Amino acid sequence: MQRVITARETGRVVCRSCSLVAPAKQMRCARCNEWLQSRDALSQQKVWAWLIVGLIAYIPANLYAMLRTTQSFRTTESTIVGGVVDLVHHGAYAVAIIVFVASIVIPVGKFIVIAYLAILTTRRHRTDPHRLLLLHEVVEFIGRWSMIDVFVVAILTALVQFDVLATINPGIAAVCFALSVVFTMLAAQSFDSRQIWDRLEGKSNHE
Amino acid sequence: MSTDTVGCVVCDAIYSLRPELADQATQCARCGHRITYGKRATLAWLVSLSATNVALLAMVVFLPFLELHSGQFENAASVIDVVLGFSSGIMVPLALAVLAFILMLPLSRFLLLIYALGPIAVGRRNLPYAARALRGVFLLKPWAMAEIFMVGVAVALVKLADLATISIGPAFWIFAGVVILNAYQDTLMCRHTLWTALICNE
Ligand SMILES: [Zn+2]
Ligand SMILES: [Zn+2]
Repeated sequence: MQRVITARETGRVVCRSCSLVAPAKQMRCARCNEWLQSRDALSQQKVWAWLIVGLIAYIPANLYAMLRTTQSFRTTESTIVGGVVDLVHHGAYAVAIIVFVASIVIPVGKFIVIAYLAILTTRRHRTDPHRLLLLHEVVEFIGRWSMIDVFVVAILTALVQFDVLATINPGIAAVCFALSVVFTMLAAQSFDSRQIWDRLEGKSNHE
Repeated sequence: MSTDTVGCVVCDAIYSLRPELADQATQCARCGHRITYGKRATLAWLVSLSATNVALLAMVVFLPFLELHSGQFENAASVIDVVLGFSSGIMVPLALAVLAFILMLPLSRFLLLIYALGPIAVGRRNLPYAARALRGVFLLKPWAMAEIFMVGVAVALVKLADLATISIGPAFWIFAGVVILNAYQDTLMCRHTLWTALICNE
């Protein structure tokens, strides 16, 4: 295999937007005008800040109602978990699984994985970089899919507006949940994947 | 700067790409990130795909998306209605965010791509800020959620199944077409090729 040389070793920096290689001292990319940084020094702080606000928003998102359904003058409220339980009662197992994965499994998994990556890459480690990169890519790719439930609430609200007979309104949890998804997406994007290799011990870059 | 030196944006490895290699699919030896896609899609093809998507999205906005029948009640909702359903009091910011995720950001990506690469496709000079526009196309990618919205529609249909009869309007199928075309377009968008084309046209 070809010997791998990093930009940092040769006093250069790779533009994260367009992959042009520039001298380390240069401030902005000549091709796309992106700010250049060999390593994002604030990456750790940004990841933790976004992750914590994401977690804070996720708590009310689960406690309060996503949907407020009014049918024949009776209003029922359903939370995220309540919505999944309703779907199971209706026998719609496949859809229940989709909502459960998108609203519970993915967000919770994302908190754990981002925290794991942020903690691990600040110290010397021997973990297989390909596995860490895969985790990061999965989190970045899959995180957006949590938005499904927010869109479902939007669609139901728009369609079911029959005055007294039946109306569906969004609850405050829909806002909290959308914010939580946005914040954790920003957390995943703030993680600087180049750090994965920086403190790798044992196996050298040359493989 | 020689433009045949390419860096890996994921792991910081650098490579010198010979011109004949830049036309093929190449991967980073360390992390496996795709450096070049090796698809010889012409810029004109990318621009016309984007223009098609803009036209389709314009139709989506005005045609009914879903129609609902329950007893004597009927309600047809366009995509805009779906978003306006939220628009009361504190839900307004959420309504705007949903509108951005499902419609405005996908639309912006198509328009920015046409702005950045359209002049090259027709043999003109780059427009001002073309580089910023192209950077925006890649930057907005994770925030354009049209395909996620489609899954949301499927879930909503199941939830409403015992409350009302739902029929799918023409805008639904057009929107599905946009999602598929957009996914295809993204597989052709090799950063190296597009940036090289942009900088060579100056
Ligand atoms: Zn650049
Ligand atoms: Zn790489």
